[in-house]
Amino acid sequence: MAIPVVYNLRSVKERWTSAVVAVLGIAGTVGVFIAMLSLAFGFKATLVSSGSSDNAMVRRAGSTSEMDSSISLDQIKIMEDFPGVAHANGSPLVTPEVVVIAPFPLRSTGTDANVQVRGVSPRALEVRSKVKMIAGRFYQPGLAELVVGRNVDKTYAGLSMGDSVKFGGGTWQVVGVFDAGGSAFDSEVWCDAHVLNQIYHRPENIYQSLTVHLDSPSSLRQFKDAATADPRLTVDVSPEIEYYAKQSRTLTKLIVVLGGIVAVVMGIGAVFGALNTMYSAVAERSREIATLRALGFGAGSVVFSFMIEALLISLVGGLLGAVAVLPLNGLTTGAMNWQTFSHLAFAFRITPFLLGLGLLFALVMGILGGFFPALRAARRPVAPALRAM
Amino acid sequence: MVRVDGSGSSNSLISARGLSKTYSRGGEQIQVLQALNLDVDAGEFIAFMGPSGSGKTTLLNLLGGLDVPSAGSITVAGDEITHMSRSRLTQWRARHVGFVFQMYNLIPVLTAFQNVELPLLLTSLSKAQRRQHVETALGVVGLSDRIHHYPRQLSGGQEQRVTIARAIVSDPTFLLCDEPTGDLDRKSADEIMELILRLVKEYKKTVLMVTHDPVVAARADVTLHLEKGVLVEADRLQTVSSGGAR
Ligand SMILES: Nc1ncnc2c1ncn2[C@@H]1O[C@H](COP(=O)(O)OP(=O)(O)OP(=O)(O)O)[C@@H](O)[C@H]1O
Ligand SMILES: [Mg+2]
Repeated sequence: MAIPVVYNLRSVKERWTSAVVAVLGIAGTVGVFIAMLSLAFGFKATLVSSGSSDNAMVRRAGSTSEMDSSISLDQIKIMEDFPGVAHANGSPLVTPEVVVIAPFPLRSTGTDANVQVRGVSPRALEVRSKVKMIAGRFYQPGLAELVVGRNVDKTYAGLSMGDSVKFGGGTWQVVGVFDAGGSAFDSEVWCDAHVLNQIYHRPENIYQSLTVHLDSPSSLRQFKDAATADPRLTVDVSPEIEYYAKQSRTLTKLIVVLGGIVAVVMGIGAVFGALNTMYSAVAERSREIATLRALGFGAGSVVFSFMIEALLISLVGGLLGAVAVLPLNGLTTGAMNWQTFSHLAFAFRITPFLLGLGLLFALVMGILGGFFPALRAARRPVAPALRAM
Repeated sequence: MVRVDGSGSSNSLISARGLSKTYSRGGEQIQVLQALNLDVDAGEFIAFMGPSGSGKTTLLNLLGGLDVPSAGSITVAGDEITHMSRSRLTQWRARHVGFVFQMYNLIPVLTAFQNVELPLLLTSLSKAQRRQHVETALGVVGLSDRIHHYPRQLSGGQEQRVTIARAIVSDPTFLLCDEPTGDLDRKSADEIMELILRLVKEYKKTVLMVTHDPVVAARADVTLHLEKGVLVEADRLQTVSSGGAR
């Protein structure tokens, strides 16, 4: 049987001041690690939740986002008649849209940040069933009226219900607030696409994207095939979910890579902290180790015992780090969406998976920090260590 | 009967032949043991004496398989231990040797019970059997009422008794005691000696003990002196007259 774990538990407790260095190092690293990943996860989740599985997004072939895409009204009319398009009250459920970027002052700093202003069709709420009005009303077609996402109201000054704002050469009235269920639309301002084109002096019949509500998710195939087959069209059709998932990729990758570098650098520091703690534990307890060896515990038992001890310490550090960052969960922050250059509000999202990953990271640091000290403990000759006072 | 001239019979319990140990320190060779011979029969109680630095601890470490000799061989109960691998030697120690150290060497974060239980964790005994053995061993040394005390809650004499309980709990082939009374006052030392004598007489233990104290050494069957790297029998006569045919 192995050296009892109670030996390690009590030894660590006895000399907890020495373990503190290792525990705090690992806690800090795990905290940053989880925070970074939860940021990336939150950002991704916000964008991904913007899409619906029964919506299709149509853009000009070869465009990277709505920003560099254009679709003419003629093309839209053709697609409205395609199979798979859902109808309500006898007309197709589609929303041809235009987007512009307008700067508004952030409440927090007073500096300007870019808000995505989306000109939508009056049927936009039917196409995107997740979006619900929570205050005021939807815009009246033909009027310079705005409805704002719930994060917009919170994040920017001058975009609350009843405010009147000037941008793009026009004066707009905020008439409603909508809730888009935590998706990217919550950071957007919506208005009538026609009115937006007029005020911005854009061509009347050119849109940037078309979002189509489908009969069902499986109708995408039919719709896409029809669009591909039609020689009058040069468009890309993708599931709306995929479009938004793709948008999240650049920033998510950036956060993960930067966060990874930071976590690795901190992790190296934490491993050295753990090494230090464990080496001093081994040095201080060399006579105890020699005694256990004299009693007949093998080198393997000693390695195992000190590995357990390192893992215990790292587990405490990991748990501490995880608990410390847990309050971040749900906390809203903002970042630039690099595809559209607009400001996007999203929340840290700490999932059980992330917590597990953080603990795993802690255990890896424990293994790295414990292995060589444990090996030293087992390799030290017994007889001289027994003489040591 | 104990012999130091290499003439022991083949049924000696412990037999050392031509045992040498050389330490090198800073390029300098220190010959501590020089072709030492020793034969000990089962049930004997031997005391080793000698000036500080004469190699008493070195000899016990070799006999206990904690260190390996530079030359010579040690055979215990028919097993030659000098050619065993390190891991086999470790297993051999667990099975055959009970150690009692001058500084007790108890694990400070474990209770008396847990300290005494340690050697049994290396056996296949069940938890209940271990408990029974530990309680018996602590009973033999008279510490039944201190089972859940930590070493720092015990006196030096009590700590040494826990160490003795730990040394006998797995019923090893022989006990090695390196100055077991060296750190104790006269009264505690006497109590420990009574205990060791009881182990020899009642429980038929084989005991090899190092001591600086002639009073303590006098309790043993034989006192051997370590001089210039070999053992010299000091009071052979006494052993013979007291009836060495044990
Ligand atoms: N690991 C070692 N390396 C070098 N020299 C050593 C080592 N261990 C012991 N020695 C030396 O070997 C000699 C014998 O030491 P040992 O401890 O066996 O003596 P001892 O008779 O037990 O002394 P004491 O009565 O003080 O306990 C001493 O000179 C000691 O310095
Ligand atoms: Mg000594």
